[in-house]
Order: sequence, then structure tokens, then C-alpha cells
Amino acid sequence: MGSRGLARLHGLFAVYKPPGLKWKHVRDTVELQLLKGVNAGKAPAPEQRVRFLLGPVGDGEEKALTLTATSVPTLTNHPLVCGPACTSLKIGVGHRLDAQASGVLVLGVGHGRRLLTSMYNAHLTKDYTVRGLLGKATDDFCDEGRLVEKSTYDHVTREKLDRILALIQGSHQKALVMYSSLDLQTQEAYEMAVRGLIRPMNKSPMLVTAIQCIHFAPPEFLIQVQCMHETQKQLRRLVHEIGLELKTTAVCSQVRRTRDGFFTLDDALLRTHWDLHSIEDAIQAAAPRVAAELERSLGPGLGTQQLQDPGRPWDSRGPSSALGLESCAG
Amino acid sequence: MALSAPQIPRWFNSVKLSSFIIATQLRKHFPRPGKTLLHGFSAQPQMSSDNYFLQWGFKTYRTSSLWNSSQSTNSSRQEIGSAQGTLLPSMNEQTQKTENIPSFDSELSLEALDDLPPVSPLQLVSEEEAIQIIADPPLPPDTYTLRDYVDHSETLQKLVLLGVDLSKIEKHPDAANLLLRLDFEKDIKQILMFLKDLGIEDNQLGTYLTKNYAIFSEDLENLKTRVAYLQSKNFSKAHIAQMVRNAPFLLSFSVERLDNRLGFFQKELELSVKKTRDLVVRLPRLLTGSLEPVKENMKVYRLELGFKRNEIQHMITKVPKMLTANKRKLTETFDYVHNVMSIPHHLIVRFPQVFNTRLFKVKERHLFLTYLGRAQYDPVKPNYISLDKLVSVPDEIFCEEIAKASVQDFEKFLKTL
Repeated sequence: MGSRGLARLHGLFAVYKPPGLKWKHVRDTVELQLLKGVNAGKAPAPEQRVRFLLGPVGDGEEKALTLTATSVPTLTNHPLVCGPACTSLKIGVGHRLDAQASGVLVLGVGHGRRLLTSMYNAHLTKDYTVRGLLGKATDDFCDEGRLVEKSTYDHVTREKLDRILALIQGSHQKALVMYSSLDLQTQEAYEMAVRGLIRPMNKSPMLVTAIQCIHFAPPEFLIQVQCMHETQKQLRRLVHEIGLELKTTAVCSQVRRTRDGFFTLDDALLRTHWDLHSIEDAIQAAAPRVAAELERSLGPGLGTQQLQDPGRPWDSRGPSSALGLESCAG
Repeated sequence: MALSAPQIPRWFNSVKLSSFIIATQLRKHFPRPGKTLLHGFSAQPQMSSDNYFLQWGFKTYRTSSLWNSSQSTNSSRQEIGSAQGTLLPSMNEQTQKTENIPSFDSELSLEALDDLPPVSPLQLVSEEEAIQIIADPPLPPDTYTLRDYVDHSETLQKLVLLGVDLSKIEKHPDAANLLLRLDFEKDIKQILMFLKDLGIEDNQLGTYLTKNYAIFSEDLENLKTRVAYLQSKNFSKAHIAQMVRNAPFLLSFSVERLDNRLGFFQKELELSVKKTRDLVVRLPRLLTGSLEPVKENMKVYRLELGFKRNEIQHMITKVPKMLTANKRKLTETFDYVHNVMSIPHHLIVRFPQVFNTRLFKVKERHLFLTYLGRAQYDPVKPNYISLDKLVSVPDEIFCEEIAKASVQDFEKFLKTL
């Protein structure tokens, strides 16, 4: 029955948005597949209704007319007469991805949509892998845009790239502290800053908390960016600016989100798994983690910045890394 | 209570019958207790004077109607109230199921009621008469759905039991009106027998009628003429049944129109008569759909994609759906297959199924094979992968046999795109 199928369909889950699809199409496709699953239950038993029918009761000559209550079959609630039980589902989208980007897209269904707001207010960071191509510059910073400039890139080495990335991270570190509107004179704030746990809890421009080059094979390079309050276009512009800093030009060929808050690539469902059962299982699997993380982020002590930054899995060197970067950037 | 025998049935007929007709005509199908009421009252021995009876009768009508109007808010009050015969204000423009009938009958009832003196509500009523007061809520005169009428109409019930999806039909405003006005015995049965003779099975009648409910308004002779025409064009009985099943609107097209369309396809595709016949049997919606997309697609294949005439004919006989495919999707798929995968025209012609698959499927599989180094589409070289194996097989078989990797690897790769 539709209601049984809908009972477990409340919560957050992540899908892997493939490149080339708009996020709205993804949301609509997921809704269609869920509706198919919910309406696919077996047909309900034929219903009956009670009617008071007038009929002769008694035997012989004394046929007295009385009303008798009889159960007659009724077709008023038959699915062929009223249509499918469920015609729309409420699905919300978390942080959006534009058409050319791909990666983890968090969706909320039913009561889980209010958790989307909580996730937004927790201001968690997101992980991206960005692939860049040296030697070209286009108008929309994408490799399929209109070509504006071409340049050589033989002089670019890994060390130069790393130095540029460290510079970027350092400048954003300062911005992080500034936008978080924390008074750095207190001891707690200082300790948190030392451990690199400060981040703004309200609106701010795009801030990069960490940036690192994973792979360098000119003209291609792959960087991993950890950022917040970003759009994918700003990330492509970042690649363009890296190219400019390196005294050459660069375009971005791929933007892929690998982590959104506490949803990672492993939690994201591929297109073949966009059906009722897989999504229900994903919601069940993610529910305890979601509750724990949101309570940690938004729980007691909302005013002060007593927040842990969940999930910096690739930077496992811990507090010393933040110190090291600060010292070289500062 | 003084009831005069001769006056009862006549008066009762005029008043009570009007309340039956006030809703749709289907009331005559409904086994109303009111009928027994009529008969029952004509046999009533206890009578009082005319006045009293008429007062009571009038009061009964008014009581029952007031009760009804308290249950169904506006309908009966407005039935009584509007004597002008114009459309009632609450009526929905879309579903004007009974626009003429209620006003006419309300006029009738009002005239009858004008002659009667008012009856006191404290008048005593005998048990038998009390039982025979109809207390059901009246049928709404206009509504958005057929749910309100399905329990009162045998026609609708039989259609639902056949498998017709009324919820889809009622979305078309004229369709629901048509269905309500039909009588199962007279109109529908003949057409159903005709369809069964044609070869459509019982369990397929439901889906057919959901799509083409308008067949009930067609003349049986016309339908027979059209089937005879198709048979004269050497379509076998089984083929005609298959065509009618896959293109439900086929029998609603006149002979002239069918002739024009068959002629168009023969001229445009320049295929032999037998091949055109096979094509139309495989995809009968070519005959019922619009011809503009077909003309445009033929131009696209010839001019934009650069296929020769015999190549196009070969592709169409293998995959008829290409004629009605979306132009943008066609060009995108061809662009990827020809320019990115570097597959020449003659190979695409051999496997036209690639135009019938989603582009993302082709892209994902090609990128996976490139990543594994197995993207080899030249039949001359070893490890050749044909296009139809690339697109037509399901994921598991593709991963195991063609890519020689596991499905988990494929999924991991997809998450890196």
C-alpha cells in the first residue's frame, strides 16, 4: 500500500549527479522512480459499503417492507477510478551542482527536508577534485567555452604550483578568521585557531580551507579543494587564476564534489540505484550519522565556536598540519 | 392523514420522479428504492383527504431535499432555487455534465409545488411511509471526478471491471460526459464484440479503451469498412490485431486518411510494398502520429548526418523507431559516436540500435572501455567490440564479457566521471 511505502521515506540521502545533467532533472528523476516504487504495491482488496436497502421481509402474505443493512461492493476507492495513491513526493535539494559538475548531491525527502536547512546552517565544508588544463583560457573558464587566449606552459613545475596553492590557502586562512567574527583575544578562540577549526557560521564569500595538488602531468593537473560557500563557477575561476599566477593560462575540465558535509562518495547512489529500496536503505544507513553530526554542529553552544569540523579525511596529519601551513603562509 | 387514492400516484410521479431525474440519466439504471416507493404508495390503503396528503407529500419532498442539501451543500438548494434554466453559478465550466436537466426539472417541481398548500412539520407519518423516505444524498450534478457516479452506473462499473482506467479518462472533460451518456447494452457491447472479433484479448481491452475511449462514438459500419480496407491491402488478421493494439487510434482514422498515410510512407521511404507493410506492422504509430517529424528526420539523415539512401532504408527497416526519434538527441548521439568514438558511417549503418539508446549509456561504457584500454571498434583488428554489444546488453553482461571487469569496478569508475 502506498502509505506503508511512504512511512519509511523520510530523511537525507546522497546521489551521485553525473555530468551533463541539471540538478533539477536529477531531483525529478528520483521523484519519478520513487513514485513508481510507492505505487507499485499490489492492488487493495475490493471494498464494501453498507447500504440500507428496502425490501420485503417476512413470509406468506405479510410482506412488510423494511430497511435491511447490507454490505454491497463499492468501486469508489478502486485505483482505476481514483488513480494512483501517490501523485507527488516532496523532495528537496541541498547544495546544488551546476550542469557540468558532477558528484555528491544531497537530497532530502519528506520530513528530512528540515534537516537540509540544518545542514545548511551547520556550514560544513565540502571537498572537490578539480581537473585543470594548462595553456588555454576561455570565457567561462571551462574547456568547452569560447577560446580567448593560448599560451605556453613549459616553465611550470610542481614546486611553483605547490607554492601558489599554499599562498592561496594562507590568504583564505586569514579570511576564515575574519569572517568567523571571533574575538581572537580569548584563550578558547586562540586554541581553536591553532587547531584550524575556525570557520564562519554565517554568510561569507567563497573560502578555501585547504587546497592541495594531487597529480601534476603538464598540461593536466589535479587539485583537491576543501571549501565552503562556493559555487562551481568560482572554483573554475580559481583554476583560471592559478593559471594566471603561474604566468600562463588554465581552464578547468572537471569539477567533482567528493564530499558534502558528512556524505561521501561511498554514500552517493549511482543512477542504476535510484529506486525505492536502495533509497530507503541509504536513508536508514545515513540517519544515525546525520543526527549525531547535526547535533554536534548545531547542538548546545550555538553562540560560540565550539565546533568540530567533521570529516577532513584526507588531511589525517592532524593539528600539526594547520600549524605548519600557517607558519609557511604567514 | 387523508390520502386520496387516484391523486397519489399522479402527484407522486410528478414530484418524486423529478427528483430522480435531477441528477444524470443514469439514475434509471440504479435500483432505486424510490421505485418501490412509487409502487408501494400506489398500494397504500390508508388515505386522508387530498389536502393533507398533498401537504405531507410536499413537506416530505422539502424535508428530504433540505436534509440532502445539508449533506451536499449547494446542489439541491440550487436545483430548487434556480428556475431560470441558466447555468448554475457553482457549475464548473469543464464538466458541465447536466447543465440542462436540473433547471428543467426544477421548473417542473416548482410548478407542482406552487399548487400545494404548506404542510405542518408536526404531521404524523406512519412507519411504512417513514421507511420509504429516500435519505441517500443525491448525486452531485457536476463534479470533477467519476468517483461520485461509479457506484450508481452499471456502465461505469462494467468498464472498471474490464480494466479501463477511469482516472485517466476523466482528465479529458468531454470523455467523461460521453461515457456517462452511454448505455452498456446498446452501444458499448457491440463495439466490444467487434474488438474481440478483431483479435484483441479480454485483458488488453482495458488498456485499449483507456487510450481510445472515442471509439464508442464511432459508427460500427465505419469501423468494419476500415478493417476491410486494411485487409484489402494484404494485412493479415493477426497483423491488424497487433497494429490496433499498439496504435489504439488506428481505427478512428478514416479510410481516406489511412490511404494517404500509407501512400506517404511508400513514396517517402521508397521501400517495396512488402517492406512498407512490415514497417507499419512493427510501428503502427507511424500511421497515427504526425508526419512532420518523419519528413524532418529523413532530411536530417540525408543532409546533416550524411547517410546514403540505401543506408537509411536499411537502418529504418532494422530500427523503425528512428523515424520518430528526437532530432536533437539524434544529432548529439551521432556526434559522439562518429567524432569522439571515431566510428565510420558504414559501421553505424550495420548497428542502428545505437540511435535508440540513451546517450549517457553510450558515453559511460565508451569511457570505461577507454580507461581499460579495450575501446577497439575496428572489425579488422583483434579484440573488436561491436556497437550492438556495446549498447544492447545489460550492465552485468557488459562488465563481465566485454569489459572483463566486475560491476563494482564499473561503479567505482562511474563515480570518477
